[in-house]
Amino acid sequence: MIGYVLRRFVSLIVSLVVASLVIFMVVEVAPGDPAAFMLGMSAQPDTLAALRAELGLDVAKPQRYLNWVSGMVQGDFGTSYTYRTPVAGMIADRMWISLPLAVYALVLSTLIAFPAGIYAASRRGRAGDIAVMGATQLGVAVPNFWFAMIMVLIFAINLGWFSAGGFPGWDKGFWGGIKALTLPAIALALPQAAILARVMRSSLLDMLGEDFIRTARAKGLRARSVLWKHALRNAMIPVLTIIGLQFSFLLAGGIIIEQVFYLPGLGRLVFQAITQRDLIVVESVVMLLVFAVIVVNFVVDLTYAAVDPRLRVQA
Amino acid sequence: MTRRWPNRSLMIGAALALIFIAGGFLSLIWTPYAIDGVDIPNKMLLPTAAHWLGTDHLGRDILSMIMVGAQTSIAVAVLAVGIGMGVGIPLGLTAAARAGGWLDEFIMRGNDLVFAFPSLVIAILITAVFGPGAVNAIIAIGIFNIPVFARLTRGAALSLWQRDFILAARVSGKSGLRISVEHILPNITSLMIVQGTIQFSLGILAEAGLSYVGLGAQPPIPSWGRMLAESQTLVSLAPQLALIPGLAIVLTVLGLNLMGDGLRDMLDPRIRAER
Amino acid sequence: MPLLHVDHLSVSIHAHPVLHDISLHVDAGEIVALTGESGSGKSMTSLAVMGLLPRGAQASGQILLGGTDLLAQSEAQLCGLRGRAMGMIFQEPMTALNPVQTIGDQVAETILIHERTSRSLARDRAAAMLARVGLPTDQFPLSRYPHELSGGQRQRVGLAMAIALRPRLLIADEPTTALDVTTQAQILDLLKELVADFGMGLLLITHDLAVVSSIADRIVVMQKGHVVETGQTAALLAAPVHPYTRMLFAASRHRVDLPSPPPPVPLLEVRQVVRDYRVRRGLLGRAARVRAVDEVSFTLQRGERLGLVGESGCGKSTLTRAILGLEQVQGGTITLEGAPVWTDARANRAVRRKMQVVFQDPYGSFNPRHRVDRLITEPFHLLDSPPTGTARQDAIAEALTSVGLTPADAGKFIHEFSGGQRQRIAIARALIIKPALIVFDEAVSALDVSVRAQVLDLLADLCRRYPLSYLFISHDLSVVRSITDRVMVMQGGRIVEEGATEAVFSAPQHAYTRALIAAAPRLPDLERPLIHA
Repeated sequence: MIGYVLRRFVSLIVSLVVASLVIFMVVEVAPGDPAAFMLGMSAQPDTLAALRAELGLDVAKPQRYLNWVSGMVQGDFGTSYTYRTPVAGMIADRMWISLPLAVYALVLSTLIAFPAGIYAASRRGRAGDIAVMGATQLGVAVPNFWFAMIMVLIFAINLGWFSAGGFPGWDKGFWGGIKALTLPAIALALPQAAILARVMRSSLLDMLGEDFIRTARAKGLRARSVLWKHALRNAMIPVLTIIGLQFSFLLAGGIIIEQVFYLPGLGRLVFQAITQRDLIVVESVVMLLVFAVIVVNFVVDLTYAAVDPRLRVQA
Repeated sequence: MTRRWPNRSLMIGAALALIFIAGGFLSLIWTPYAIDGVDIPNKMLLPTAAHWLGTDHLGRDILSMIMVGAQTSIAVAVLAVGIGMGVGIPLGLTAAARAGGWLDEFIMRGNDLVFAFPSLVIAILITAVFGPGAVNAIIAIGIFNIPVFARLTRGAALSLWQRDFILAARVSGKSGLRISVEHILPNITSLMIVQGTIQFSLGILAEAGLSYVGLGAQPPIPSWGRMLAESQTLVSLAPQLALIPGLAIVLTVLGLNLMGDGLRDMLDPRIRAER
Repeated sequence: MPLLHVDHLSVSIHAHPVLHDISLHVDAGEIVALTGESGSGKSMTSLAVMGLLPRGAQASGQILLGGTDLLAQSEAQLCGLRGRAMGMIFQEPMTALNPVQTIGDQVAETILIHERTSRSLARDRAAAMLARVGLPTDQFPLSRYPHELSGGQRQRVGLAMAIALRPRLLIADEPTTALDVTTQAQILDLLKELVADFGMGLLLITHDLAVVSSIADRIVVMQKGHVVETGQTAALLAAPVHPYTRMLFAASRHRVDLPSPPPPVPLLEVRQVVRDYRVRRGLLGRAARVRAVDEVSFTLQRGERLGLVGESGCGKSTLTRAILGLEQVQGGTITLEGAPVWTDARANRAVRRKMQVVFQDPYGSFNPRHRVDRLITEPFHLLDSPPTGTARQDAIAEALTSVGLTPADAGKFIHEFSGGQRQRIAIARALIIKPALIVFDEAVSALDVSVRAQVLDLLADLCRRYPLSYLFISHDLSVVRSITDRVMVMQGGRIVEEGATEAVFSAPQHAYTRALIAAAPRLPDLERPLIHA
């Protein structure tokens, strides 16, 4: 078990390093001169030189990379070119909207999908299954941001149950923040829940065809107990993979959905930074997003071992 | 081989999807109205005989815009699937042919790495450096499709490599490359077709999201996603501006998914009728 | 009153009849063998008794277990009977257990389903039952998972689960088919013991007549969903009445007439071959070496039929792949007609074209998308100038006719053929480039007994027509005994005994060979000496 955790951890570190290399190379190395890019065509040579010095572009590339990484590890994400303030500060508040939103949506998605998928599998071929399959077929076809717009139309504008957008801030109360994130989280969660429910159902049905299920029934277990006690745990394994992938979709989807709800999250920050050509902010936000995805996948890998004892024994 | 052909799911799905695909192709030569014409007096009309789907906030005919927008969605999605398959399938075949070796490990780790970068993030990176445009959307979605196809191909190929007929081919002196092309590839085409249909529909969704936030096709090229973005401020006044492009997306994707399900049932002899 | 009385049972699935008017009975303390070839309906009968028929199945008739008609019971009532009054074990031990549950929990579950008792008491009883089947808890703690056990051990766990509550009836569906010969003997002995001990009735389903003759009190023979004959074992084996039964027994006892081998000239020489595997244990583990083939040496003469027997894991598959030039060896040499198979890390095509192979699985040996002519000409890839045009057609026609098929079959797809026909096509594929050596890797093991006899006859016939040398690998000792001149016994990567087939079988020298032969169930009267034509 320890060996497995250690191997996964090493894999985590390697992924982070390679990801950071890729991001670094795309942003700072590929287009030639980031300084010229940021200042535009009509920049003066001395302004260019000053910016290059400020950005540390006069240093050799490997050194620049190491500076960047060591800075990030210490919490220093550089200085925004547009606003001349530390990027870390700009990210901090916004991160606490985007990341919780993705987690909230993941929890909702799982809470909806598991019962739906299990119910559909247990009622295979009958009305309940067909209803769930029909609903999920529709659900996976819906773009989450459009669904969000519709929900705003119905629940915020027409019914007035939620505000149409904005975020009061966590310091004004935990539940206030959650309420503001609820409509966005639901909009994000439902299409993903549709996908997850289908995977859950299909994984369960696969399991129910396996030999050990026949053995369980030969012992006298009722069909329902067979599903809950034997099929479900084995079916979880492929489902966990999907949940890990889902987090990255939810994080990305959340960035997009912020536009619908005017949430002051990482989305607005990074899209503005793109138009402002503030590569430093873009670099940092992307690194943060990728970091979150890699860490969540590491956690999912650990849960594999909890569910499947065959993984623990690999020496 | 092929079962009840063609089945209901496939027919309904194909019909739905084809409406939009046909619309897209038709718009290459003709649309009811020109989409660059601004006609303010006629803005925000509900559907009428003259404008079947109404007009937007600038007076442009929505039906025409949907048709031309279909071009963008389809082109981006198709090219992205092309990239995914063109790079992903050979990678998957190679990894399976060299299973357990360093090349296999390398490809799988590479896959995992790309999975850590959702297409939105790749699009952000590319756009930040190269500027926005439809090409970025194609590359971003395409790159994310690569590990999807690579992983699927590798899995399917690995189970085929265990079979005796592959061993027979090896005994006949055939190389891994030859076996991958002659024996493995033909036996996974149905799987690839089904997955291709699914990735196509996912590509349309992804493209819509990217153009919604401004990272996809830029004006004057219309796209469904941007139509939704433009409708957002007016959603309480003219909800149809948000509903119509959204429905176009939903119906096209739904149609493609039904096609994919129908194809899978038809092409995979192991699928039991009950599923 | 018999314990189990199946009375005029008929089953159809989706309106397609599969069982016709089946009647049989099992008494307490009796072992009844239900036998027949594939498709005979024997498994379906057992599933009908347990109430585990697949969806869409309709059953009529009566199945009386101690007076209760099982077909008239509701699902809830059947659940009460399964595991308590009747138990079942299945064929494939590797997939029969829940991989994420401990063996202790799985055995205890049978108890907990039917009795109100505490979990710890149930676990104690489970431990006792596991010990009874040969898995004492000091060596096999209850916290073990199935993947930590071998096939034979998993089958014992399955048995413990099935008999935990001492059911009156035990059904065993091909319980030993997937196991090694020695393990098979142990499990069969265990079953006999338990029947005597618990006074259970055992309905044993098996296609292996040798197993039937060694353990069953009575035999029920089935063919295509019908019961064709039943009777006491000894009597039935000595004097079968029904033509199908007679055919079945004759095929099981079938001895092939091999022509005499020519004077010895070395063809394949294997000297001190060593094959190591590196078992990688991940990023942080150390690599260990597993020696699969340990200094094996032997010579196969031209025109000789050499057998290779051994249980799973002995290294015979690895050795075969090394001989065929598919895997490189770490030590020793392999030469065919004096030329080495491997030169500088590359397998010699000129040498490899003199060897071909026939595999075990008739259903997996062919690409389902290719037609027969393309399938059997695959070995042409090894030739420098493969025949084209009419020469190619002629080669295909000749290969197909020599195995008893017709040239017209060349245009068909493989799914149009039965298992036995597919093996013939596999032999045609092996013969088409007229190799000097053919390796038969468990080539008849997956075939029904009657089809097997035909294919073995085909082999003998081919030996008469062509100068055929082959290496025949099998775990089935009776087949090897009839189809080879010399035999080698392999264990743990080494050849532990070799010699003339009859000599080795009638007077084995090595302890392992003796154990193997003793464990192999035998049909009576199989000990007469081989007559060469």
